[in-house]
Amino acid sequence: MRKSKLSTIVFYICVAIFMIIIVFPFYWQIITSLKPPEQLWDIPPGWWPSRFYLGSYIAAFTQRPFLTYLKNSAIVAISTTAFAVFVTSFAGYALARLHFKGKNAILALALSVSMFPGIAIVSPLFLMMKQWNLLNSYVGLILTYTTITIPLSMWNLTTFFRTIPADMEEAAKVDGASPFYTFIRIILPLAAPGIFTTAILVFIAAWNEFLFALTFNTKDALRTVPVGIAMFPGEYTLPWGDISAASVVVVLPLIIMVLLFQQRIVSGLTAGAVKG
Amino acid sequence: MRRHRGIRSTGIPEDVLGYLMVAPALLCILMIAIYPVFRTFSLSMTDMKMQFPDMAKYIGLNNYVKLLQDSRFWSATYNTLFFTVVSVAMELVIGFAMALIMNMPFKGRGLVRAAVLVPWAIPTTVSATMWKFMYHDQFGVINDILLRMGFIDQYRSWLGSTSSALWCAIIADVWKTAPFMGLLLLAGLQTIPGELYEAATVDGASRIKQFFSVTLPLIMPTMLVALIFRTLDAFRVFDLIFVLTGGGPGNSTETLTMYAYTTLFRNLDFGLGSAIAVLIFIFVFLISLVYINLLSRQND
Repeated sequence: MRKSKLSTIVFYICVAIFMIIIVFPFYWQIITSLKPPEQLWDIPPGWWPSRFYLGSYIAAFTQRPFLTYLKNSAIVAISTTAFAVFVTSFAGYALARLHFKGKNAILALALSVSMFPGIAIVSPLFLMMKQWNLLNSYVGLILTYTTITIPLSMWNLTTFFRTIPADMEEAAKVDGASPFYTFIRIILPLAAPGIFTTAILVFIAAWNEFLFALTFNTKDALRTVPVGIAMFPGEYTLPWGDISAASVVVVLPLIIMVLLFQQRIVSGLTAGAVKG
Repeated sequence: MRRHRGIRSTGIPEDVLGYLMVAPALLCILMIAIYPVFRTFSLSMTDMKMQFPDMAKYIGLNNYVKLLQDSRFWSATYNTLFFTVVSVAMELVIGFAMALIMNMPFKGRGLVRAAVLVPWAIPTTVSATMWKFMYHDQFGVINDILLRMGFIDQYRSWLGSTSSALWCAIIADVWKTAPFMGLLLLAGLQTIPGELYEAATVDGASRIKQFFSVTLPLIMPTMLVALIFRTLDAFRVFDLIFVLTGGGPGNSTETLTMYAYTTLFRNLDFGLGSAIAVLIFIFVFLISLVYINLLSRQND
């Protein structure tokens, strides 16, 4: 069946409209970050920088503690990813392969925890962190983020371990290897793609988290990027150029990551949804 | 098939090993998620102020009684429900359209699929900041576009007006999450076997009829799962409102989480704030129940 030329054109126009709507805010952010100060407050706003001005980028890094925010976010998000993936690789393997009572209960518990609203646990956690001297620290956030990403990570990895053929382990078992040895030497390397996908999802979740970062780390020197960006306009003048430059810097690595690992991310996200 | 219990070389029984491997993850969940929920329940029955945690007294259900008579609480509930229902409905319709488009073969499809992920991947505070500047009453590009297209005859303060501010938040939310919905639905569409459409075409079913008799029933389970995720996320909305309007003007965009946050960390009233948090928790629980019910009915 051949499509008519007209319907093809209409179809591509629809695609173009969607793409323009998705991309436009980014376009606007980028040109705002490159506008010189005198053009920022033009009415109506200019759709292209009158000259390319890098001052906003320099200001974001030198006059504002943006580099510190990036460092804090990187430390917290990378540590969270490492811990969450480490802890749930063990749990996921056990849940997928070993026989013990209460496995379904554990998975159900994790699923219900993933639905917890952050606000429902933030007040006691704040008091706990205060008591343990973990307010304004990396450890407090890492501990919290690891916990809130465990359910997603555990489900993903359990599903993934189940797809690895059992013959491998049977063979190792026949050779007399312990389950633990089998797990470390045989299963883990085979599971690398699934672990990697899970790691990306955990990293993005930790990098973007706002509520706990806002309430636990109130000192500027320990703020993460999402909080830093949200607090930028808190001063008297609105430094739109600087904010735009900072957001472009935050968004670029995420865009690159998404473009590189697009298929993994989508498969990780949809695995649960499609299987139900 | 059950496997042997004892394992030769280590001597650790399989079930003990299982519990050991699950223990760290389970311990985190119990300590940092389950225990705090119970503690929030107990805090909600006290008059604790953050500065003086040791002076907290048990006051029973007083905080809840106070909330039920509090018009700000009801307006936050209304705003949250309005935001959730409208934005999730819009995301579903737009996401569905995107999924249908992305499911067709065309040039540049890979690029479109990748681009669709970007709004989902960036921090909400960043996307909210972007939208805040675009909505600006004087320097915002949205006023510029609408004026040029003739929809308005003068610049408006979109975020500063009680009639439009919540809609601004909804649009920014739909922009960020409809693509995500589209990807989930696309994954569902791809599991539908092509033969079903061929058979329907042979039977003379029109495209529209095929959509309702083949596509919709088969995608229903995926759609419900996607809807659970999105509804719960929308119901908890916080970052977006925090940046875009701070809950204003007046309290016209204040959502429940925003109200709970303000009560907890600006008014430092941990008793009342925890009571709001408990009610949010109960709402979320009820929403999940409704969806789980629908899902299990689907599977029958």
